[in-house]
Amino acid sequence: MVGVSYRRQGMSLLQKLWQINWSLVLLLLVLAGIGFAMLYSAAGGAFEPWAARQIARAVMGLLLMIAVALVDLRFWMRWAYAGYLVAFLMLVAVEVQGSIGMGAQRWLDLGVTQVQPSEIMKITLVLALARWFHGASIEDVGRIPFLIVPVLMVAAPVALVLKQPDLGTALMLLMGTAGMLFVVGVRWWKFALGFAGVIAAVPLGWNFLRDYQKARVLTFLDPTRDPLGAGYHIIQSKIALGSGAMFGKGFLQGTQSHLNFLPEKQTDFIFTMFAEEFGMVGSLVLLGLYLLMMIYGYAIAFRSTSQFGRLVAIGIVTAVFLAMFINIAMVMGMIPAKGSTLPMVSYGGSSLVVTMIGFGLLINVWVHRDVRIARRMGEE
Amino acid sequence: MSSKQRDHLRDQVFTRRALLLGGAKLGLFSTLVARLYYLQVVEADRYKVLAEDNRINLKLLPPPRGRILDRFGEPLALNRLNYRVVIVAEQARDIERTLEQLGQLIEISEADHRRVLRDVKRKRQFVPVTVRENLTWDDVSKIEFNAPDLPGVSIDVGQSRFYPHTEAVGHILGYVGAVSEAELTGEPLLELPEFRIGKNGIEKTRDLALRGSAGASQVEVNAVGRVVRELSRQEAVPGNDVELTIDIGLQEFARERIGDESAAAVVMDIHTGEILAMVSAPAFDPNLFSVGLNAREWEEFLANPKQPLNNKAIQGQYPPGSTFKMVTALAGLESGAITPSTVVNCPGHFALGDRLWYCWKYKGGHGSVSLDYAIRQSCDCFFYETAKRTGIDKLAAMAQRLGLGSRLGIDIPGERPGLIPTREYVRITQGHAWNQGETLNAGIGQGMVLVTPLQLATLAARISNGGYAVVPHLTRQVGGKPPDDLKRPPFPSLGIAANVLQPVVNGMIGVCNNERGTAFRSRITEAGFEMAGKTGSAQVRRVSSAERDSNTRKKDAEIPWRERDHALFISFAPIQAPRYACGIVVEHGLHGADSAAPIARDILLEAQKRDLGREPPSGGKVAGAPPKVAG
Repeated sequence: MVGVSYRRQGMSLLQKLWQINWSLVLLLLVLAGIGFAMLYSAAGGAFEPWAARQIARAVMGLLLMIAVALVDLRFWMRWAYAGYLVAFLMLVAVEVQGSIGMGAQRWLDLGVTQVQPSEIMKITLVLALARWFHGASIEDVGRIPFLIVPVLMVAAPVALVLKQPDLGTALMLLMGTAGMLFVVGVRWWKFALGFAGVIAAVPLGWNFLRDYQKARVLTFLDPTRDPLGAGYHIIQSKIALGSGAMFGKGFLQGTQSHLNFLPEKQTDFIFTMFAEEFGMVGSLVLLGLYLLMMIYGYAIAFRSTSQFGRLVAIGIVTAVFLAMFINIAMVMGMIPAKGSTLPMVSYGGSSLVVTMIGFGLLINVWVHRDVRIARRMGEE
Repeated sequence: MSSKQRDHLRDQVFTRRALLLGGAKLGLFSTLVARLYYLQVVEADRYKVLAEDNRINLKLLPPPRGRILDRFGEPLALNRLNYRVVIVAEQARDIERTLEQLGQLIEISEADHRRVLRDVKRKRQFVPVTVRENLTWDDVSKIEFNAPDLPGVSIDVGQSRFYPHTEAVGHILGYVGAVSEAELTGEPLLELPEFRIGKNGIEKTRDLALRGSAGASQVEVNAVGRVVRELSRQEAVPGNDVELTIDIGLQEFARERIGDESAAAVVMDIHTGEILAMVSAPAFDPNLFSVGLNAREWEEFLANPKQPLNNKAIQGQYPPGSTFKMVTALAGLESGAITPSTVVNCPGHFALGDRLWYCWKYKGGHGSVSLDYAIRQSCDCFFYETAKRTGIDKLAAMAQRLGLGSRLGIDIPGERPGLIPTREYVRITQGHAWNQGETLNAGIGQGMVLVTPLQLATLAARISNGGYAVVPHLTRQVGGKPPDDLKRPPFPSLGIAANVLQPVVNGMIGVCNNERGTAFRSRITEAGFEMAGKTGSAQVRRVSSAERDSNTRKKDAEIPWRERDHALFISFAPIQAPRYACGIVVEHGLHGADSAAPIARDILLEAQKRDLGREPPSGGKVAGAPPKVAG
């Protein structure tokens, strides 16, 4: 192995800090800042109850993000399966807690804070899959038995998350995994097969859907079906968006959100509120920021020397993209209404912090882009 | 394949696939942008409208209703603050308990209690629900005093109609009430739950003027309809005041004077047609209607044989009896059938064909009777003869010229036309030709002839003002201007020559001022205020010839009230320069001279005295004709 390649193998902490992609950090802070502004507006021009807490969490998230970025990439690879296992056990714990406490349960109470294990699972699944495929050759990927483990890796948490029931997160896990399987070179026809399998499961799954989920799907197909019930949110959201028009109604001036026609404006419908107050121009700027973030992610993936690093980068970017797309498409009435949040912007402690940890991993890949990792752990 | 080659292949696959995945994401991104463009640019206008519709509620501000005043500006109908106690559910929390506490302070009926609980359930939490209306000041202070213990309870002030002179002017003013389904015109004001419109009387005819026009308040509301702030406000334009021709002092005097009789009296200015007093008794208190009648009160009104809800002054139709003899005399004089010096012999009856028509003095008769004496004594035979000579056509025409037999167009609802029979009318309604006996009956105001008290007053006015077609009305001014829907002076002449009128006027003067006159006992004795008049009584029940012949006619007191004759009297005063005319009917009052004339005397005297030196605050003096007649 040549010296150049080893240049970043043993960087000091200061060197690593210098290597951090600060422009990406700035981009993320701008997104978080938009979130603060909207939470401030959602509260009718007040830091309480949302903006102030969100800022505190963002500061915590920022520190965690930097810390995650500075730890050696191989450390994350080494602990990938363990992390996955912990997240899985937390999901099981939530399930147990839920069955004891009756009804849907997504949160795990850790005493100091509540975490949503399904959020953590999004990250650890990416790490675990990236480790599984790190050493795999094209031939390996072509063998079906080799794919059994990753399919189980995703199937197990999806089954648990579906039971919660959290259809959205389950779909995000499935689609994120599909993205990673795609880039490692799994054949097209295998995706077609998998897709066909999922489609075949839909009528079966319909019976397992709760009534409110059925209502959401039906209301999506025809929002006027129930203008005062389930469809009301989407209709009001579209009115808010549309009435924002080209330039918006101005900061703190959104009538739909401030007069409470818009539900859950601090979480699910924060994009609607933004689009109402800042119009098409503002919305394009926000989408542009996400696009820029994605380009960074891809650049980092292409620049990364290790397969593990690339896959982590693609996995993280894909997960964030899916969350963003599903949320925005939902508030615009393109896909069924479901409880999803806009990454980096929506209120919600565990979502923001976990997303920032994910970006910490992305930055980590950038910092350790030249680190070579052996096919088998410890083969170095 | 070497490890390097393998890695290279894997990198190639990764790069290609990653770019494809990125391209797919870009594709999804562009669907978001397309959707944004559709919502925020293409459909923006539609959604802007929807957002405004969401946000803005238009609240109507009801205008305060105009007042109704008498001719001197005394308020007859005005708006009184109506204190309501309301309860707001979200502040009260425990409605049952709060109502119970409230019930210890003021009376809350079982029905109100149930209604409040129902309304609270039905309406949104922040909408005030009325518990009780029209609270007394006492109740209000009790509630205010205990306000700290009554969360969510507050006093709300609205306006309700108040009629300070109560039943004295009830029939003229009418009343207001909630808008009925049939009265909805699309005018949004009418759909306000607390809005009231005129239901009768002046309140009804002048409703539009009194109503004013609504203001509007644009308010921003949130998703549950709570008002967040007011965006703009246009104040309501209050309704116009309506000034009546009534002199409330005279009106109340007349009402008092009539007392418990079932009667109607109208006093009008003979030159202008202004009605100074119009009383129908018994009457109703319009305040009862503005508060709302209960079923029992309503039943009582309907069951009363004296029909208090009926405005007899314009709706009561009575045979005019001898008061109609003025018409017969005028028609006879004008047609030349008689002259002032014509003498008719009255043996107590009048023969036409093989039938006898009796004079009221059927025993002995009046002997030789001239016009003047006939009017004074109300000799029926003289007028049988006059009517026979004149003929029904000229008689009916004269009656119609003097305002009988059709609606005069008084400006309150419900006026009835009375009836002047003509050949045509009899042919159509009875299906036979006119016979002369009917002419005789009509000549003394019996048979089919019907008049209203208002028409009687108008008759007296048209005779005493020199033959001008004066039309009575009640509205002097609306919003400071005379209304344009009324006939106003100068009135056209009826074309009755002075030498035709004068003997009749003189006759009427004689009725009251000649000691042989039928109303001599009821004359005005104060110099300068003397009145002229004509008595009348109208049969309610036929007097059979058997009764007449056998002399078994019952004494007045023995006849049941409902079968007694109506007493009528028409009059004007002062005789030197007439200004006021009065028509009065006392139902079942027997003889005009006994029951109607004394009332007329007192009212006319009061009218003259009240008005001395008083001029209405605005508006000109009389038009019409200068008085030509003098005693």
